Amino acid sequence: MASETAPVATASVPWTRRHLLGLEDLSRDELRTILDTAEQFVEQSGRCRKKRGNLAGKVVVNLFFEPSTRTRTSFSLAARRLSADTLDFTPSSSSLSKGETFIDTAKNIEAMGVDLVVVRHASSGAPHLLAQHLACGVINAGDGAHEHPTQGLLDIFTIRQKCGRIEGLTVGLVGDIAHSRVARSNIHGLVKLGAKVIVCGPPTLVPETIRELGVEVSHNLEAILPRCDVINMLRIQFERQRSGLFPSIQEYARLFGLDSTRLAKARKDLLLLAPGPINRGVEITPDVADGPNSAILQQVTNGLAVRMAVLYLLCGQPGEG
Amino acid sequence: MNILRISNGRVIDAAQNLDQVTDLWIRGEHILGVGPQSVQATETLDASGKIVCPGLIDMHVHLREPGREEDETIATGAAAALAGGITTVACMPGTEPALDNQAAAEFVYLQAERAGLANVFPVGAITKGRNGAELAEIGGLVEGGAVAFTDADKPVVSAEIMRRALEYCRMFDKPVLCHAEDPELTKGGSMHEGVESMRLGLRGLPAAAEEVVIHRDLELARLTGGRLHIQHVSTAGGVELIRRAKKRGVRVSAEACPHHFFLTDKCLRSFDSNYKMNPPLRTESDVAALIEGLKDGTLDVIASDHSPLAAEKKVRELDLAPFGIIGLETLLPICVVALIEPGHLSWPQLVQKLTVNPARILGIDAGTLKPGAEADVAVIDPEVEWAIDPARFRSKSRNSPFGGLRVRGRAYAALVGGEVKFQV
Repeated sequence: MASETAPVATASVPWTRRHLLGLEDLSRDELRTILDTAEQFVEQSGRCRKKRGNLAGKVVVNLFFEPSTRTRTSFSLAARRLSADTLDFTPSSSSLSKGETFIDTAKNIEAMGVDLVVVRHASSGAPHLLAQHLACGVINAGDGAHEHPTQGLLDIFTIRQKCGRIEGLTVGLVGDIAHSRVARSNIHGLVKLGAKVIVCGPPTLVPETIRELGVEVSHNLEAILPRCDVINMLRIQFERQRSGLFPSIQEYARLFGLDSTRLAKARKDLLLLAPGPINRGVEITPDVADGPNSAILQQVTNGLAVRMAVLYLLCGQPGEG
Repeated sequence: MNILRISNGRVIDAAQNLDQVTDLWIRGEHILGVGPQSVQATETLDASGKIVCPGLIDMHVHLREPGREEDETIATGAAAALAGGITTVACMPGTEPALDNQAAAEFVYLQAERAGLANVFPVGAITKGRNGAELAEIGGLVEGGAVAFTDADKPVVSAEIMRRALEYCRMFDKPVLCHAEDPELTKGGSMHEGVESMRLGLRGLPAAAEEVVIHRDLELARLTGGRLHIQHVSTAGGVELIRRAKKRGVRVSAEACPHHFFLTDKCLRSFDSNYKMNPPLRTESDVAALIEGLKDGTLDVIASDHSPLAAEKKVRELDLAPFGIIGLETLLPICVVALIEPGHLSWPQLVQKLTVNPARILGIDAGTLKPGAEADVAVIDPEVEWAIDPARFRSKSRNSPFGGLRVRGRAYAALVGGEVKFQV
């Protein structure tokens, strides 16, 4: 297969980080650098589907200790588009079941000559632990309820693409904020880039302390809808309902679900996002999910460009063929 | 008989209201007196520029033996204590099996005697197997030498059991030590619930989970007239509840741990599990309230809650790592950095919380330099600067977040029964 070797456009600021652990750590300029770099990859992948050589000879390992289809596939594809060798590791096929610790497992995999580890883990801070113990780069693909930086970036990227800017926009994040890593990454990125963020859900899923991150708290979706340029509907995890954080899925849908009646109260050009996988009929009714406001599938496409940008910035060679 | 003169030190004994530069004399196993004596010393230990005080007492340590010797043994724990200037510890019954019968209590004495280091007093379990269901044979435990009762880090969930324990222990004049935690409110938690836990996406242990149980047990102490000791108070609300209860005449004492008045939940941003303990590190306002409580006497005792954990258990994902921090070898310097240097407590006040107060609560004959007392003595160098290095700990475990911290003050020597058991 032919290999494109032209360098990606020069980054807005020189990139110095070896890891991407969260958006909270990044400066506004670093965020812009990732978004601008992703822009290049979107344009290129639109024009042709040739592989690029920026990660040729590099090994990227997907270390997913939690099930994932979309994020894992997206990272794999992004790495292959950049000519990296990729390896998928899933705990069921590993020695974790034989009692090996998470850190030992990662060290053993790293010893095979790995350049980048993409890690997903149910424990907050697991990628940070790896970054301390491994010599290679670490990308956080979701840690507990802490951060999911590439999801946050692709949401923000989609908003910028559709609305033309981030600064001055009002973005509503609706749902289980307390347990959502997507919410935290969105908040850190959006607030830093100058958006106003409103988080919305029942008090059992929206902690008061979240105001400290510079967001507004609401428990009334209909009240905030007319003010929002963007609504990001976070997924409800069904196990939350079993732990008594809200009475029933039905009541949740009635209070915080988005259907066409409720959507009519919003601006005509409201941009609707959902990190997926969505529960049709719970957070969003099918007609709304598939309607003209929805950019849900665009998010998935953009996810690829954003992940290529992150891989490239962390260990890519500009001119390598 | 051997006569030891510890010369020219600042001798502090809170039990006698003593604070002066003088000599401390020891004859054989006992204190002879302070100041000029009409005898000749057979040995002299120069304590110029140092503090000479009763050997420190840490009334809250976990020594893990029997059952978890990979974390600590009575011998290694006792050695760690001595290196920290601590000559007496009370060990918690959270062993495997629990210290819930007379033979188990006697085993602690036996192992401590074999080690021949610090004094170790067993604390008995309140309930059989620490299951929270049935009272353990408290009379037998007292016979075996148990000095207090607690189910250790397992909260006594049943108010009825707690009530009966307080009532029953009154017969022996033994205190009930309360680990205040409502386990339903803390389930799945890794750190203090607040801004930081929200930021890190970790489940929290709310301050209220500690305070509701403190409140409950204070009421039960009032109801029963039993003697209650609140362990490791970590919240501002807890301090205030105890302060008010003391004013009302409830028989309650309370302790604070160095990590709780020195660190805050912001430390967890590192995701370092060495900062994970229960109760968790709280906020700056809680730290301020603990210091206030230490100053006004609401908090009587400082104890380490030394909880050793082998590295293979502790070094892992924060939410999966067990709770616990070791503290025997860092108790003193952290107190110096957090309390003495900022001027919150004077040395005599600190010595009181580390000697006579815990001795009084446990009803043990220790914590003073009165003539005739057992010669358990700590010689402290209050000025020496050093960097904490967990690799050099006597403890079997290394789960301390203080590695690399530059501190001031450390034990220079520790004597048990007149014998120098530790010296720098």
